[in-house]
This record gives sequence, structure tokens and C-alpha cells, in this order.
Amino acid sequence: MTIGLAHYLAVAAILFTIGVFGIFVNRKNVIIILMSIELILLAVNINLVSFSVYLHQVVGQIFAMFVLTVAAAEAAVGLAILVTFFRNRGDIAVDDVNMMKG
Amino acid sequence: MALQAIAFYLLAAVTIGAGLLVVTARNPVHSVLFLICAFFSAAGLFVMLGAEFLAMLLVVVYVGAVAVLFLFVVMMLDVDFSALRAGFVRYLPIGGLVALILVVEIVAVSASVASHGAAAGAAVLTPSHDITNAEAIGRVLYTDYVYFFQAAGLVLLVAMIGAIVLTLRHRAGVRRQNIAAQVARTPATGMRIVQIKSGEGLSE
Repeated sequence: MTIGLAHYLAVAAILFTIGVFGIFVNRKNVIIILMSIELILLAVNINLVSFSVYLHQVVGQIFAMFVLTVAAAEAAVGLAILVTFFRNRGDIAVDDVNMMKG
Repeated sequence: MALQAIAFYLLAAVTIGAGLLVVTARNPVHSVLFLICAFFSAAGLFVMLGAEFLAMLLVVVYVGAVAVLFLFVVMMLDVDFSALRAGFVRYLPIGGLVALILVVEIVAVSASVASHGAAAGAAVLTPSHDITNAEAIGRVLYTDYVYFFQAAGLVLLVAMIGAIVLTLRHRAGVRRQNIAAQVARTPATGMRIVQIKSGEGLSE
């Protein structure tokens, strides 16, 4: 059987769902939440690239590249915030992130 | 074609299995390693689609930079990760329900788009011999999307500066280099010549 667009979209859909599921079940662990966001962005990239290839438009791959850029920047800043937070509180539990609550 | 199907199902199964293990692994270090595995398999899927440049970019940027950054932070933070898993079982039913609804919806939409949308029945863009994937991307990226390309560079610059500013700290009581003072030293200020009489030491 031939592998078509629907197969790639299904993989991306499942990966996206795993990312959302990961955010749900690991509500306390920021590192796993950040990794789940990376998984979601990877699913988006698979969607963009597969549509780009099947619509014969290279623009989708360029947009996937920009998504990659933003994902890398987000990971760097997110982990920097995490390190700073750990330095101040000695813990990374999400429930403790209420210092700015009025 | 059969070989292509085998490769696709293998890569897809590894991607999804590794993705599932990322969110369920007990040890965050294992999570990061499974994340690397998932990205690597996704790069294989990109190669199958004919997007070699993005596949290599995924390996270099994600496996080489982002995943290593994650690994670095996970190993650096001294946290009791078992305590952070406390709500895992409690949120499992609601998370599973939401995930199930989401996957059914997205698969239904993408199946209908794949069969009736603009890309329905289209074949994969066959790689031509006179233009490579990287060249095709470059021709569009450096002409029509050059401002976006520059903006992406700016995003990375701001992220880099932001990460440095966030993690840089000046601890009190640590001796630090004072480059101006070091450069301004001359032989006249840096040393002095003393005449010591024989039999006597230098007492100061």
C-alpha cells in the first residue's frame, strides 16, 4: 500500500495529542511540560512539511524553519527562567510559581 | 513501495512510542533521551517526504542543541523528581479523555482534508535532478522571505541575550578581573627594585 498524506497527518495528530496529554499528566514538572511543547511543535512541523510536499509548495518548509527557530528560542529562554527560578526557590514545582500573585 | 511502507511504519511507530515515553518516563533524563529519539525518527520521516534540508536541520538544531540544553538543565538541577510526579495518576483519566477526543477530532479532520482538500490525490513532489531541496528552499527564503529570515535571526539574538541576562548573576565576595586596572599596569607601578645588604633579609 502507498503511504499518502493522510498517514503523515495521522502521525502528526497522534504526536500533538501526546504533547497535550503530557502537559495534562505532568502538571507539576516544568521540564516535562517544556518537552511536551517541543513535541507539539514537532507535530506542527510534520504537518507543515507534509502539506508543503503534497501541495508542491516549498513555502511550507520555510514556515517550518521559522517554527523551528521560535521553538529553539523558546526552549532557551524557558530553561533560563527555570534555572533562575530554581536558584531562588530551590525547587521547580509549578504550584509554587505564585510569587507574582497579588 | 513495500519498502517505503515498512520504513514509514517503523519511523512512525518509533516517533510515537518515543513521544509517549517522553511524557510517561519516571526519570527526566530518560525523557530527554526519548525526546532525542523522537526527533531523530521525525527527521527520518522528513527524509521520506523529500525534505532533506529540514531533516538535517532538525537533527542539528533539536538533537544537537535543544535536547542537549534540556539534558544539561535536568542534570544540573538537584530536584526530587519523584515528588513532581505526584499528580500523575490523578490527572491520568481526564488527560486520557481529552487526548482521546483530541486525537479522534484531529484524525477525522486531517483524513477529510487529505481525501477532499486541495492536496487530495496529489503525489509527493518528486525530487528533480537539477534542483535540490536545499537550493529550492534557498531560492525562496533569500528572495521572498528575506525579511522574515532576518526577523528569525533577531528572535534568536533576543533569545540568546535574554537567556544570558536571566542566568547571569554577580555574586558578592568573588574576586573578578578588572581589565582596565590590569592593562594600565606599568613596570613602574608593578615592581620596585630594592638593594639588600648581604647578611640581611628583606623585612616588611
